[in-house]
Amino acid sequence: MMMNDMPQAVQAQEPTQVSGRRIGDVVLDLQNISLSFGGVKALTNISFDVREHEIRSIIGPNGAGKSSMLNVINGVYHPQEGRILFRGEERRRMEPHMAAAQGIARTFQNIALFKGMSVLDNIMTGRNLKMKCGLLAHALYWGRAQKEEIAHRVKVEEVIDFLEIQDIRKTPVGALPYGLQKRVELGRALAAEPNLLLLDEPMAGMNVEEKQDMCRFILDVNDQFGTTIVLIEHDMGVVMDISDRVVVLDYGKKIGDGVPDEVRANEDVIRAYLGTSH
Amino acid sequence: MSDRNGQAAHPAALDTFPRLLMHHAAVRPARPAMREKEFGIWQTYSWAEVARNVRAIACGLAALGFKRGDRLAIIGDNRPRLYWSVTACQCLGGIPVMLYQDAVAPEMAYVLQDAEIRFAVVEDQEQVDKMLEIHPEVPFLEHVIYDDPRGLRHYSQPMLMGLDELQEMGGIHDRNHTDFLDGEIDKGAGDDISVMLYTSGTTGKPKGVCQTHGAFIAAATGAMQVDGLTDREDILSYLPMAWVGDHLFSFAQAMVAGFTINCPESGDTVMTDLREIGPTYYFAPPRVFENLLTQVMIRMEDANALKRKLFHRFLDVARRCGADILDGKPVSAGDRFQYWLGNLLVYGPLKNVLGMSRIRVAYTAGAAIGPDLFRFYRSIGVNLKQFYGQTETCAYVCLQPDGAIKFDSVGKPAPFVEVKLADNGEILVKGPMLLKAYYKRPDATAESINAEGYFMTGDAGYFDADGHLKIIDRAKDVGKLKDGSMFAPNYIENKLKFFQHIKEAVAFGSGREAVTAFINIDLEAVGNWAERRGLPYSGYTDLASQPAVYELIRDCVEKVNADLAADPKMSGSQVRRFLILHKELDADDGELTRTRKVRRNFIAERYAVLIDALFEGRPTQHIETVVKYEDGREGRISADLRIEDVKTFAPQAAKHAA
Repeated sequence: MMMNDMPQAVQAQEPTQVSGRRIGDVVLDLQNISLSFGGVKALTNISFDVREHEIRSIIGPNGAGKSSMLNVINGVYHPQEGRILFRGEERRRMEPHMAAAQGIARTFQNIALFKGMSVLDNIMTGRNLKMKCGLLAHALYWGRAQKEEIAHRVKVEEVIDFLEIQDIRKTPVGALPYGLQKRVELGRALAAEPNLLLLDEPMAGMNVEEKQDMCRFILDVNDQFGTTIVLIEHDMGVVMDISDRVVVLDYGKKIGDGVPDEVRANEDVIRAYLGTSH
Repeated sequence: MSDRNGQAAHPAALDTFPRLLMHHAAVRPARPAMREKEFGIWQTYSWAEVARNVRAIACGLAALGFKRGDRLAIIGDNRPRLYWSVTACQCLGGIPVMLYQDAVAPEMAYVLQDAEIRFAVVEDQEQVDKMLEIHPEVPFLEHVIYDDPRGLRHYSQPMLMGLDELQEMGGIHDRNHTDFLDGEIDKGAGDDISVMLYTSGTTGKPKGVCQTHGAFIAAATGAMQVDGLTDREDILSYLPMAWVGDHLFSFAQAMVAGFTINCPESGDTVMTDLREIGPTYYFAPPRVFENLLTQVMIRMEDANALKRKLFHRFLDVARRCGADILDGKPVSAGDRFQYWLGNLLVYGPLKNVLGMSRIRVAYTAGAAIGPDLFRFYRSIGVNLKQFYGQTETCAYVCLQPDGAIKFDSVGKPAPFVEVKLADNGEILVKGPMLLKAYYKRPDATAESINAEGYFMTGDAGYFDADGHLKIIDRAKDVGKLKDGSMFAPNYIENKLKFFQHIKEAVAFGSGREAVTAFINIDLEAVGNWAERRGLPYSGYTDLASQPAVYELIRDCVEKVNADLAADPKMSGSQVRRFLILHKELDADDGELTRTRKVRRNFIAERYAVLIDALFEGRPTQHIETVVKYEDGREGRISADLRIEDVKTFAPQAAKHAA
């Protein structure tokens, strides 16, 4: 395939200002990333970057390597080759907790919430890294811990208000329909006040109305908090509508990169989605 | 504290809502005037804070050029700042016009045009979008002020402004012109128009009903007297602000009595918020009470055997004596003890779950409420009552007084209200709470208020032996049988529809010898009933023709007849014969309106052969009907319908319902 190093030209196009939002400099730069598990090549020589305040999507058919890509960004997998620059600094071996400490939050393809806990408590766990007091102080709700807990609760309530889930605040997550659980998971990620938000198929398994709601929330997060968002999705329609730029993966290789219109017109992308043999 | 004109309850100075607000801010500055749940916590605003905010909004509006007599559109959920905007507008001598927040943009355009709105205060982005969409059609709209700025950061239209900004502007204006607002409030008078409420427009275009300060203050004062309301009441404000009931309960009464209104966190949290607040005074349409009861019953089915037994055991006790205890009637000591025990074990906890523990007075209105439903709430000690009124009378004509509740009446005329019946049975109303006029519609005003100053409600009714008003039907639908006895189709149909097995009913009899009826069975309820008895059926038409089903329905009709026989005015209009229709009445076939009201004349034409058969006494009748399927195709249903006679009862002396 000739496509691998073509997108440099596409990227040269300056992303334009969208709805008043100022898209800034590159915050995350992935250069020639390759990842394999034993003999299986998950990602082959992939390069792309993410700019501040943009919504950047990674799309591709099943098994294209989208989730692997996300796991590389967030430090779960360590690529065998390539460089990752986060805010200009090279991160050769990043662990997930380091990513979290740097303001990267994520949601999962298969919801990973605490099913028996209430929505409120689940979102509160997103504040984990911001809690400074010790276990004992928190357990006794004593001294500084009390003040701290109130401050965290305020933040959590803001998230609940933002996502319009006041009515299920005290409901155990396990009792909620799928679409709402997804929203709670987004809430937990938001509670961490991330500057880079990784969303792994936030709209999988949703009906049209739920998808519209979720799109609205993603756009609002991006707009109101200026959060940079990297989004994985295999539903092309949704992605094209809300993304600033899109990367297309297929069989672990990058086959397209650019603004939605360019990607939509890209021959290889069409071929990959229509399912021509390789 | 009263005389007949309704205004003497307050010193002459308190004859407008802005004056009432300033009065409360001076007399009870620290008492809570409003609460709103936000970020999971109830935020309280005292009367002094409300007055301060209203001042700021009023001055802000004035700074933008709002003039005396201008109309201010207010659109959104029940938010404190929207209620403040109502008073702020009144301070300036303006007229607030509330719109239903879930109306679509084109519907709003009509009202905005009709009321020539220049200023609108709206809740959020959703409403702002609607205003921008219809702006080309309403060119005089100059300013749209929004409460919640979320999502509006990039809106650059110069006509938009945040309420925060407006209040800030108002604060500055107030500091620079300290006497301005007090001067404006002083200019107000009791017979100024305080609000314009649009009628729903089921008959023609919506009309703006102009009500004065005096009218709403009189209605509020009278209702307070009947129920002994004080400034310690708590009420949950969750019904649309554009509805006259909310304006009376959450605005006028709160302003007159000085009690607290509570705004829920969101539309979905009303039940939770209700429990947390535990209102002492509550209004809900019958549908809400019905849903609550259904939920309770379903959840009780899932409870363990002991609880279920306790529940039903004590519900029987409540049914026997609960309503009497509430009405203060004599009840035996044994029953009293059992009721006390029941209250401890069942009713108390149940009311707590429903958020009704503190309720002193609960009202329902708007639709017919089934007697069983009504009796249930009263029997567990919730003082549920009905009232009757319309937008044109500030929702205030008749109220059920404590201790004299009849399930099928709407009570006695309220203080200051005079009710009289026209020759055709139409209810005529006079009093201080009547509308001043329909906005820009002198023709409609003249049509609805007669020469002696009575408002013609269009409803037909009569007073029973105890002076309670019974509403029976729309006046234009009421007819007479050949022997001269009154025939009120809606009244009979409603009685039939209270049975769960009957979904729709259409009664005929005007100008005939007797009353007959078409019945639609409720497929779900009757289907369920059939399944439990192992009765096989293949669909609606088949089920509707089964002899056992006829048996079931005849039983219901006979009960209605027994009921009618007990009522001297209605005993002549008992249902003599009925048939069960072979198809469900459907709006797609034009038989019902979109709001599921029966289109009587259309049905009479379409099924003329069935009506003839009913009155001629034939035992069966063949009918073929064209039906429209949802995809637009047409099909035919034919059936041989059985027609059955029903037992009727000799008229009895009125027995007291209780």
